[in-house]
Amino acid sequence: MYVGKMSDFRDGCRDAIPICLGYIAVSFAFGIESSKIGMTPFQSVMTSLLNVTSAGQFSALSIIAAQGSFIELMVLQFIINLRYMLMSAALSQKIDPELSLGHRLGISYGVTDEIFGMSILRKGKLYPLYSYGLIFVSVFGWILGTLLGAMAGEVLPHRLISCLGLAIYGMFIAIIVPDTRTSNAVMAVVAAGMLFSTVFTYTPVICNISSGFRIIIVTVAVAAVASLIAPIKEGEDE
Amino acid sequence: MSKVYQYILLMAVVTYAIRALPLTLIRKEIKSKFIKSFLYYVPYATLAAMTFPAILSATDYWISSVIGFAVAMILAFNKKSLLTVAGCACAAAFIVELFLSF
Repeated sequence: MYVGKMSDFRDGCRDAIPICLGYIAVSFAFGIESSKIGMTPFQSVMTSLLNVTSAGQFSALSIIAAQGSFIELMVLQFIINLRYMLMSAALSQKIDPELSLGHRLGISYGVTDEIFGMSILRKGKLYPLYSYGLIFVSVFGWILGTLLGAMAGEVLPHRLISCLGLAIYGMFIAIIVPDTRTSNAVMAVVAAGMLFSTVFTYTPVICNISSGFRIIIVTVAVAAVASLIAPIKEGEDE
Repeated sequence: MSKVYQYILLMAVVTYAIRALPLTLIRKEIKSKFIKSFLYYVPYATLAAMTFPAILSATDYWISSVIGFAVAMILAFNKKSLLTVAGCACAAAFIVELFLSF
């Protein structure tokens, strides 16, 4: 079992800088919202530290504010975050099969959209030290933004916060778009993902599906069809 | 307010279980060509679905979001780095909003 070198940890820290910046912007908004419903800064920071999930945390706020049931909260979190299960399964194929339970549990903590995106596109095997670098810097940003937002929503000019909201999407685009140049199948998957997500968002009735569930449906459908039509060749999944 | 901590812990348990189960239970290399292909396409499909149309409401004005989106797409298509793409998208939106405020 090989867990990587210190240079892998440093690579992880470096690659996580854009994630960190994007997270500060998004979690800042979360901090503001959580203080609005009466959560203390400590509670907001604990939420971010223990969950590290943007959509999940934002959606939980309305339930906490309404003193909703525990079951409702758990079901909502399960559905919104179910996509992490697909990502975790994908990562299980990228790590050393001999990797210990402890490291598997460690990597699991950081399965977010952005950290997953960086991890899966890392050349070769995924070493735990690289993951820990990504997690360390990303979660630092996630916590810092939450704390700042919870303590003082007025620290930064509003316009700056507004524009920083694009960072996270810019990051997603930087992860998925370059590969569309070399693979028509990836191009089709990206286009179909955006198209169907748009259809689901604006079509009457269907638009009532929660955003987490919408993403799951689109992901499973598009990835399944692509796998049937254009199965990858051996070695292409590295 | 102690109920808040119960909410936070419950969420954390559910979310962590979702993340940890596949990584700890799947110990072998998956042989199925379909599943391998499926897992290969998942990140592209998920991130695409999460980006669009959500990006259109990422900033205060749809026009600055659209410009930011266009800038990000062009730079990413030309294989610029993550930080460049994200930074320029934000900067473009910021400039557009400066003009809008005049």
